[in-house]
Amino acid sequence: MTASPALSASALAAPRAIPQSEFSVPGMRCAGCISKLENGLALQSGIVSARVNFTAKRVTVAHMPDMTAPQLQAAFANLGFEAVALGDGLQLGSSSDSRNLLKAVAVAGFAMMNIMLLSVSVWSGATGVTRDLFHWLSAVIALPTVAYAGRPFFKSAWTALSHKRTNMDVPISIGVTLATALSLFETITHGPHAYFDGAVMLLFFLLTGRWLDSVMRDRARDGVTALLKNTAPGALVLGADGTTSWRDAKDLEPGMVMIIAAGERLAADGTVIQGMTSFDLSLLTGESAPQQVCPQSAVHAGTLNLDAPVHVRVTAAGSDTAIADIARLMEQASQSKSRYVRIADRAARFYAPAVHTLALLSFVGWMLAGAGWHTSLLIAVAVLIITCPCALGLAVPAAQIVVAGALMRAGILVKDGSALERLAEVDYALFDKTGTLTLGRPEPINLGRATSDQKALMLTLARASRHPLSEALRKALEGEAADAVSVIDVAELPGIGISAVYNGKQVALGRSEQTDITDTLSTTLTVTGAAPFQILFADQLRPLAKDTVEALAKLGVTSSILSGDRESAVAHIARTLEITAQPSMLPQDKLDAIGRQTKLGHKVLMVGDGLNDGPALAAGYASMAPASASDAGQNAADIVFLGDSLAPVATAIRAARKTQVIVRQNFIMAIGYNAVAVPLAILGLVTPLIAALAMSGSSLIVVANALRLRSAVR
Amino acid sequence: VNGLAILIPIALGLGLTGLAAFFWSIKDGQFDDPDGSALRVLGDEEDRPIK
Repeated sequence: MTASPALSASALAAPRAIPQSEFSVPGMRCAGCISKLENGLALQSGIVSARVNFTAKRVTVAHMPDMTAPQLQAAFANLGFEAVALGDGLQLGSSSDSRNLLKAVAVAGFAMMNIMLLSVSVWSGATGVTRDLFHWLSAVIALPTVAYAGRPFFKSAWTALSHKRTNMDVPISIGVTLATALSLFETITHGPHAYFDGAVMLLFFLLTGRWLDSVMRDRARDGVTALLKNTAPGALVLGADGTTSWRDAKDLEPGMVMIIAAGERLAADGTVIQGMTSFDLSLLTGESAPQQVCPQSAVHAGTLNLDAPVHVRVTAAGSDTAIADIARLMEQASQSKSRYVRIADRAARFYAPAVHTLALLSFVGWMLAGAGWHTSLLIAVAVLIITCPCALGLAVPAAQIVVAGALMRAGILVKDGSALERLAEVDYALFDKTGTLTLGRPEPINLGRATSDQKALMLTLARASRHPLSEALRKALEGEAADAVSVIDVAELPGIGISAVYNGKQVALGRSEQTDITDTLSTTLTVTGAAPFQILFADQLRPLAKDTVEALAKLGVTSSILSGDRESAVAHIARTLEITAQPSMLPQDKLDAIGRQTKLGHKVLMVGDGLNDGPALAAGYASMAPASASDAGQNAADIVFLGDSLAPVATAIRAARKTQVIVRQNFIMAIGYNAVAVPLAILGLVTPLIAALAMSGSSLIVVANALRLRSAVR
Repeated sequence: VNGLAILIPIALGLGLTGLAAFFWSIKDGQFDDPDGSALRVLGDEEDRPIK
C-alpha cells in the first residue's frame, strides 16, 4: 500500500507548520482546470498540495515556508493560469453569517413540517386526549425552534428598540413570542387552538428571505474578491550586500531599496535613486499621460512603471503612503451611505405601529363586548399572526436576489440589496474619465496603415517583451489573428526595446531616435533598409460609451464628467459624448462636487475606477466601478461590472427600476391580502388553519411575482 | 393510540436524522464549493476525498 503524496509530504513537514496561501484564479472555467491545477501544482517543487474552490475561483496552496508569492505565481503561470495573491488585509470569510442563517432555516423547516403534520391531525378532528398530546408534542418541537431560529429577529429587534427605533423585526418578534406563549397557555389549559404551526411557519418564511439576502451578498463579494488585483503585493528589495530578496508590502520599511521592473506596480512611496523611466499615474490621479521620472523624483505607491527597471528608495510604506490618505478620506465619506434606510424598514415604520394598534384595539374591543380576556387575547394574537409581515419580509429579498442573479449572468455584480434600491433612485451620473469612460490602457490606433509583413514582425517582437506597450500591441494583433514569423537572436534592452534578426535583416521594436516627443505614447518598428513605422497608442473610449450616455438621458439621468486629468485631455472626450466636464479634480474636489449636487436635491450615481475616485465612490448615493478598477475603487463601489463596454451602467439602472416596480407590486399585494384577512381576524373568524393557508398562500404569490424578474436584464 | 406511540417517534426520528445529516454536511464543508462539486464528478482521476 502506498501513501498518498499529500499525506507523505505533510508527514515529512510535520514538525514545521506548513504555511497556506490563497490565490484568486479568475481564469478557471471548466472541470479540466480543477484537476490541472490541483495535480499540476502539487507536482511542482516547494508546493505540498493545492485545493481549488471553483465557486469562489480561489486556490488554497499549502507550500514550504521559503516559497514567496512571486515563486508561487510562477508555478501557476507554468500551468497557464494567471493567479493573484490574496493579501491578509482582504476580508475573506464572513460567509459564516449565511451558514448560520441556513442552519436556522433548516431547523425552522424541520420543525414546521413536523408541527404541520400534527396540526393537520388536530384540524381533521382530533379531540380530547389526542389533541392535547399533539399540542404538547408541537410545543416540545416549537419552543426550542423559536428560541434557536428566532435569534436573528430577536437580536435585531432588541438593537432597534434599545436605540428607540423600530424595524421589521419588532412586530415579528412580538408576534412570534406572543403566539408561542399563548399557544403554550392553551396547551396547558386543554384549549382547542394552538398557533405553534403559525409561529414556526412565520419564522421559516422570514428566515428564507433573510438567507436569500445574505447569499446574494456573499456571491457578489466572492465575485469582487476574485477580481481584486492586490496591486502591489510586495517588491524585490536590494540588500546592503548586493543580494536581492522578495518582501511583502507590509514588511517594507523606509530606507530600503526596491528594484522595480518595467510593468510592475510600486508597493510603497519612494524616491528614484537610479534609472530613468516613465510612470503611469492614472490609477492614482486620473492623469492619462505618463510622467517621466529621473533620479531624485518622488514616486507613489500604486503607480505603474512603464519603461525600464529603476531603483527606488522607500520613503513611506504601509499606512504612511499617499494611498493610505485616500483610504482615510474614503472611510469618512462612506458614513453618508450607512444612513440609508432600506425600503422594507421604511415600510415597517408605518406598518409596525399600525399592526400593534390594530391588535390592541381588537383586544380592547372584544373585552368591552364582554368576550372575556382569554378569547380577546386569542383574537389579538390571531390579528398579530395574520398581519405579521411574512410576505413583506420575502417581497424585497426575493425580488432582489432574482434580479441580482440575472445581472450577475450579464456580468454585473451587485454587492447588496440596498445598492439596487439606491440605484433605482439616481437622477445624476458623474463619470470619471481615465479608466471609466475610457479603457484606461493604451491601444494601438494606427495598425490599419501597417502592412501584413510589418504586423507579423511586430507580433513576433512584441511577444518577446513584457513591456505594457508590447502587451497592448500583442493583444491587438492577436485579436486581428495576425501571423507571427520566426526570428533569431532576440534581445531586449531595457528602456530601449527589442531587437532580432529576420531573414538576415536587423529588425527592432522600441524607442527610435527621431520619434517626435508628443503627448501620445508610441513605439517604432524599424527594419534595415525600410522606412520605420511608428505605432501610435491612445486610451480609447469604452465601447458603447456614447450610447450609454444617451440611454441614461432617456432614463432621466443627467451625465457629467469629473476628471483628475488635464483640461485638454478631458475636453476631447466631453465633446465626443456631448456632456459637461470638470477637469483637474483632486479626490477632495470630487467629494465636494458630489456634495454640491446632493445639496441641489440630486441622487448622484458615481462611476469611477481609480484610487482617486475612492472617496467619491464611497460618498455617491450609489456607485459603480468597472472590473479593471483599482482594488480601492472596487471595494468602495456598490456595483462592479465586467467587460470593456460601458453599457452595464444603463442596464443596471433599468434593472434596478424594474425591481422597484415588482417590489412595489408585492407590497400592494401584501396590503391587499391584509385588507381581506385582518377584518376576518378582528371578527374572530381566523382559526390556525386559516392563518396557515393565508400565510403560505400570500408568500407563494409574492415569490412567484418576483420570479418574473428573471428576464429583467435584456 | 398504540399506533401513534410507534409512528410519531419514528416520524420525528427520521426528521431529526435528516436535520442532523444536513448540519453535518454543512460542517463538513459540502456547501463550500457547490459549483466545483458539480464539476469534480466529471474528472477522471481516482475518487478519493482530499483532506
